[in-house]
Amino acid sequence: MTTKAQAFMGWVDARFPMTKMWEDHMAKYYAPKNFNFWYFFGSLALLILVIQIVTGIFLTMNYKPDASLAFASVEYIMRDVNFGWLIRYMHSTGASAFFVVVYLHMYRGLMYGSFKQPRELIWLFGMLIYLALMAEAFMGYLLPWGQMSYWGAQVIVNLFAAVPWVGESLSVWIRGDYVVSDATLNRFFAFHVIAVPFILAGLVVAHIIALHEVGSNNPDGVEIKKTKGADGIPLDGIPFHPYYSVKDIVGVVVFLMFFAAVLFFAPELGGWFLEKDNFIPANPLKTPAHIVPLWYFTPFYAILRAIPPIWESQFPGVIAMGMAIVFLFFLPWLDRHPVKSMRYREPIFKVNMFIFIVSFIVLGYLGTQPSTGILSELAFRFTELYFAFFIFLWIYSAQRSAKYYITSLVVLVGTVVLLDILRGGDAEKVAMMFKTGLIPVVCFAILLVIPVMFKSSTQTKAVPERVTG
Amino acid sequence: MSEQDVDKSRRRFLTAATTVVGAIGAGAAVVPFIGSMLPSARALSAGAPVEVDISKLEPGRRLVIAWRKKPVWVVHRTKQNLDDLAKLEDKLADIDSNSSDQPAYAKNKYRSIKPEYLVVVGICTHLGCSPQYRPDVGNVGFDSNWLGGFFCPCHGSKFDLAGRVYAGVPAPINLVIPPYMYKNNDKVVVIGEDGGVA
Repeated sequence: MTTKAQAFMGWVDARFPMTKMWEDHMAKYYAPKNFNFWYFFGSLALLILVIQIVTGIFLTMNYKPDASLAFASVEYIMRDVNFGWLIRYMHSTGASAFFVVVYLHMYRGLMYGSFKQPRELIWLFGMLIYLALMAEAFMGYLLPWGQMSYWGAQVIVNLFAAVPWVGESLSVWIRGDYVVSDATLNRFFAFHVIAVPFILAGLVVAHIIALHEVGSNNPDGVEIKKTKGADGIPLDGIPFHPYYSVKDIVGVVVFLMFFAAVLFFAPELGGWFLEKDNFIPANPLKTPAHIVPLWYFTPFYAILRAIPPIWESQFPGVIAMGMAIVFLFFLPWLDRHPVKSMRYREPIFKVNMFIFIVSFIVLGYLGTQPSTGILSELAFRFTELYFAFFIFLWIYSAQRSAKYYITSLVVLVGTVVLLDILRGGDAEKVAMMFKTGLIPVVCFAILLVIPVMFKSSTQTKAVPERVTG
Repeated sequence: MSEQDVDKSRRRFLTAATTVVGAIGAGAAVVPFIGSMLPSARALSAGAPVEVDISKLEPGRRLVIAWRKKPVWVVHRTKQNLDDLAKLEDKLADIDSNSSDQPAYAKNKYRSIKPEYLVVVGICTHLGCSPQYRPDVGNVGFDSNWLGGFFCPCHGSKFDLAGRVYAGVPAPINLVIPPYMYKNNDKVVVIGEDGGVA
């Protein structure tokens, strides 16, 4: 049965490695057999990237990147273009869905130690994707030229003006004008539609090539390539196609059910996916009463606002916001514990992880609220906890002596106190500091005293030789 | 050519020299692209002065005018407002506007040419939001003893009715006073031009 089809493939393979690529990345890419729920989000992210690119192409057919036409052209798409409303809502819902999926994907990596040796580059490419995605989302948000678009961009571009000495020129260069204007809109359109998507696509390819070179991690954090059969195939590996291609289709179907539910019944999701103020055309003379970035930026926005200015400069807040992301890049070199998966990590590590997740969510909430009084103070406390997570990853990387834990506690609590003294404030503020100060201090005490008192809290479980389940 | 005939150091030098020249060329090619993102000639020339008639602006009221695409406010301050300014001094960060941006003729306690009219750029010196005009006094939510001024909803910066920033808020300096002058018997304010006084 040397069919014509086979002959054709032979002809192609002599000229282009079609079959080889298919086998390397699909039919003979052996993935661990114990993938669970958390492993849906990589393929879902890819699906959403495709949705965004396709809907984006169709939106540009009717959108006008011009300050005097942009808002009306979006309304035109919504009202007059056939299925325009659907394509636009797919794009706006897709943006939020992208971040939902990417955050869950990153959390999976955190839980199972997927960023650890030998997968550092996969993590770094992934972080670059995350960064590019944030740039893409931010610039895309300016395009409808609504009030939130305009003032959100105004605030974020002004962050660059906080850079010492060159800041003012830098922000003018980014805007191409002294205020956010038509020039800014036009260049953000260029970046959003051409430059960043290209970079994103390239990074996604690099991410997947690096993954397929090393092989996938799994919920047990066991390297399946260490146990190979006589045929050289990992005993715990199954070919990606058809096993995981079919599994992922189930994930896609379930995801699309949720996606469609939002799309058709609540495309604005009560202001979380599309903010109400963005239905008002941009007005450079009037700021909305309450400026909030979209939900996926709010944890970092809360950190930005939580840091008070030093020497009349907003730069420290900008630095803190940047560092909140930079620290994530260094995860593989901060968490040096040889055990990858949370399943076998020591109990106290899980407490640290829990505090981090809570801090991230609380910061996300605080970023949507006005930055006044107790809320601003709480944002500062949870910013301290956010950064402390990375220090604890380092501390828990090895078995430490009681002295080490106690010294760390003294240093960390000392830092909290020192920062409070530096911040200062009136009596009301100081009283608030004392109360909220308990949050980081109690957390630090739990994370550093329990290991001293209960040895079992720092005991890891034995990692099995082979994957379980 | 046999291997012995190769002058390795000459080859290294030529490789290095070519690389350096190539890198400089590639670097130079970036200049027009970076440069094209700077404000264009049209954006630079769009800073023409604007005129605003203030003869109908009643005490306590404010006008908003666009100058260089930015909001500029003209506030007609009442006698009470002007008296209140002195009461705030212990709450302010830059009372005498020493670190702030204003023409020399507006560097005084009212930050204006004529005490009753404040002309100020309505952009918060923090991250560029446009603060709200809050002439109401008393307990206003963000301040328990407010004497009127401007409140930035974005990050909670507070300014008095001379555009002077409160201490302990995110904004580092006072609101910016643009160059301006009066004409037509003081009925018209020209913003963006001061006849070369400053």
